[in-house]
Amino acid sequence: MPTDLSSETSPKPAATYIGLREGRPFLKGARCELCAATYLGERVTCGRCGARDRMQAVELGSRGRLYNYTIVHRSYPGVKVPFISAIVDLDGGGTVKGNLLDVEPSVEAIQFDMPVEVVFRDAGQATSEGAGFTAHFFIPSQG
Amino acid sequence: MSEDVYIVGIDMLRFGRFDDATPPQLAAAAAVLALDDADLSVQDLQAVYSGNCGETMVGQRMLQLIGQTGIPVVNVTNACATGATAFREAWIAIRAGLYDVVLAVGSEKMGKGMLVRRNTGADPVPTEGLFGSATMPAVFAQMGLEHSRKYGTTLEQFAKVSVKNHHHSTLNPKAMYQKETPLEEVLASEMIAYPNTKLMCSVNVDGAAAAILCSERRMRELGLESRAVRVRASGLASDPYTERNLVMPDISTVSRLAARTAYDMAGLGPADLDLVELHDCFATAEIPHYENLGLCADGEGAALLERGETSLGGRIPVNVSGGLLSKGHPLGATGIANIYEVATHLRGEAGARQVEGARIGLTHVVGIGSACAVHILERA
Repeated sequence: MPTDLSSETSPKPAATYIGLREGRPFLKGARCELCAATYLGERVTCGRCGARDRMQAVELGSRGRLYNYTIVHRSYPGVKVPFISAIVDLDGGGTVKGNLLDVEPSVEAIQFDMPVEVVFRDAGQATSEGAGFTAHFFIPSQG
Repeated sequence: MSEDVYIVGIDMLRFGRFDDATPPQLAAAAAVLALDDADLSVQDLQAVYSGNCGETMVGQRMLQLIGQTGIPVVNVTNACATGATAFREAWIAIRAGLYDVVLAVGSEKMGKGMLVRRNTGADPVPTEGLFGSATMPAVFAQMGLEHSRKYGTTLEQFAKVSVKNHHHSTLNPKAMYQKETPLEEVLASEMIAYPNTKLMCSVNVDGAAAAILCSERRMRELGLESRAVRVRASGLASDPYTERNLVMPDISTVSRLAARTAYDMAGLGPADLDLVELHDCFATAEIPHYENLGLCADGEGAALLERGETSLGGRIPVNVSGGLLSKGHPLGATGIANIYEVATHLRGEAGARQVEGARIGLTHVVGIGSACAVHILERA
């Protein structure tokens, strides 16, 4: 049965750079036609070369590698800790930050460049105000 | 070629908690100290550049406390580079020939604990803890782990930055804390964002610092040569495009750009420096900044630290004030406080922590967003 996008229960993106196509969430990106710089989210101008109106809307990749991270033990009041704040370079270009799930929040369990997948889940699992919103997370690549 | 600009008066409040004082009151107290240091009065000032991140019109409200002479006041904000930006604007105004005597002042009331970003309403859902972390300890933890990724830098090595800077602060009566923190204590303190423990995070304190800048001609007319400090260079940079900068703030590239600008302007290089005050907002930042400022080759920052070369008595002492880690980090005041520290050494007035024979020093601050300011100062 096709998803009814007008339904009140359909998920809403938790960030402006999360798109929904026929109910399937993805990371929106932009790529410069002139210099190929790739960005998370929509843009009209290239920050690298300054070109105007040469940004193409693209769908960013759903796999990537862990470039950097930190394990957050103290955050803003009310935020659940610990969690892994991860910086992921996506296959095909673009970098995105998010929580790395399904990995122990310990240095021993995390390796630079480990392959990860982008998954979309209800934001309510990370923040109480997120219920009903779709958010991106990372999990270790399943192979 | 316009004439050189000199610091003729400079001072700072001891950083700490000033629960009953407003930012304009803190700024006024520092301004009066700086005026006294130069033996000048508020009537001598021709303009004010006032740095503060949290409030508006602090410069005017300061003059309402110390003398309403009607001179132009510009309020400056540039994150953690705010104070240094106010200083630079004063320098630019004198270089431009508009004024001869200008006050640069920085002040901040911080309160205790972690800085929390206001939700501007742009995000549908609060992002902290949902899309990773944007806290300052986390941002700078990543700066450190990027260095670990490239060069294998360890938690213990980053922690030794805190040991060094806290040790330095025991010699600085104007530091918030003046307490030794042995390595075991730094490592055992609460983990905030790996690898930054609590004792590897700068102290949020209240404070103010002020400098009187003066044209060379006016300095000589006033007979202020003996303790004057020459501003050899002022470099300011915003973050140039780099691949991940919009997602993971790139604090190193902007620092390298500002440093290169300042070295080129001064016609000097890192080997000419006798001391450095750099932006150790977190212990993880200091080792990469050694490399960003050219104090050593890339990848050799941790070794430079462990050989003691950046300790007082070493080849190029860094943060002998105790740094932001121990002296404290009132955002708008920090940039001028760093300049105060270097100027005090160049004047030979730093007491127990004096870097012997200091002739040239460098200050560096960087604010996330990003703004980096580097100044090179020389004993006149």
